[in-house]
Amino acid sequence: MKEKGSPTYRQALLRDTLFLVIILAVATALLAVFPEKRPAVTTVSWKFFVELILILPAVMVLMGLFAVFVSREMVVKYLGKSSGIKGFLLAIFFGALPTGPLYVAFPLAAALISKGARLANIVIFLSAWACIKIPQEMVELQFLGLKFMATRLTLIIIFVILMGLAIERMIDWTDRKASGSRGGKNGSNI
Amino acid sequence: MNATIILINLVTLICLIIAFIKDRKKAIKGLAIAAKTFIRILPVVFIIIIIIGLLLGFVPKTLIARIIGEQAGFGGLLIVALTGAILHIPSLISYPLAGSLLQSGASVTAVAAFITTLTMIGLVTLPLEIKELGKKMALLRNGLSFIIALIIALLMGVIL
Repeated sequence: MKEKGSPTYRQALLRDTLFLVIILAVATALLAVFPEKRPAVTTVSWKFFVELILILPAVMVLMGLFAVFVSREMVVKYLGKSSGIKGFLLAIFFGALPTGPLYVAFPLAAALISKGARLANIVIFLSAWACIKIPQEMVELQFLGLKFMATRLTLIIIFVILMGLAIERMIDWTDRKASGSRGGKNGSNI
Repeated sequence: MNATIILINLVTLICLIIAFIKDRKKAIKGLAIAAKTFIRILPVVFIIIIIIGLLLGFVPKTLIARIIGEQAGFGGLLIVALTGAILHIPSLISYPLAGSLLQSGASVTAVAAFITTLTMIGLVTLPLEIKELGKKMALLRNGLSFIIALIIALLMGVIL
């Protein structure tokens, strides 16, 4: 992430800023044509701006700290050998730690596979990494409320474990059958 | 200021203090990463804030309700889920957007489907996932995630 960061980082930042300028121009034009909408739009935008600016820096700091302090070796060490329910929970725990975007997790998962970790745990780890990040859950709590966040979190944990087991079964099955068979059009049996 | 905002800032402050006590150099490195990520995400934050403002200001609730509201049906749900799977916006920023959609007449099911596919499925990062983990695993994970997201969304609609 760091090695190839600089040029793409700058390009992406530039692209997003350009997009921001366009959106800003569109918004300004719209509000110039419909002045009666101005108070509504600015009030809403200002409200969301304040909430985000009070939350995002903290979230970024949390993610930065965990990215530095939780090493790859640590994750591989713990997830490589754990099994059973404990393995599932550890996979969710390590996935949920606030560390970087999903693509950072792919090489980690590949390392886990080569270490002989259980396939279900790897899928659970990846899925938890994708959608159960701790700071993200706090932001969800802020903008969607406790009931929404807690229900979705519970459902996701249950289904992610089921999916991990299902994918493990399917891959074992297709591997045993033949190396050339295509896995895929399944999924109704979860 | 509400409880969540205070909580997350407090947690961060405590983590920061612990980090500095444990290893000053690492803590500073973490802060540098944080600053870099924050700058990177900032334009998108402003884009989403403007879009939310325009959305709530201009798009009538009845229209949103008709497309992705309670009575929108399975077609609307599929569209939202697919949009979430294709879009590549940071999940952090998707929550305020989702919250504003909910306020403006979208159903719980639609909003849950949107966030869940947005976070779980990465069509943009799929080539990388295939490269690192193999075709079978990557396609199975993304495909099943889509189905799971729909199930979770429908259950959310029933429960809430």
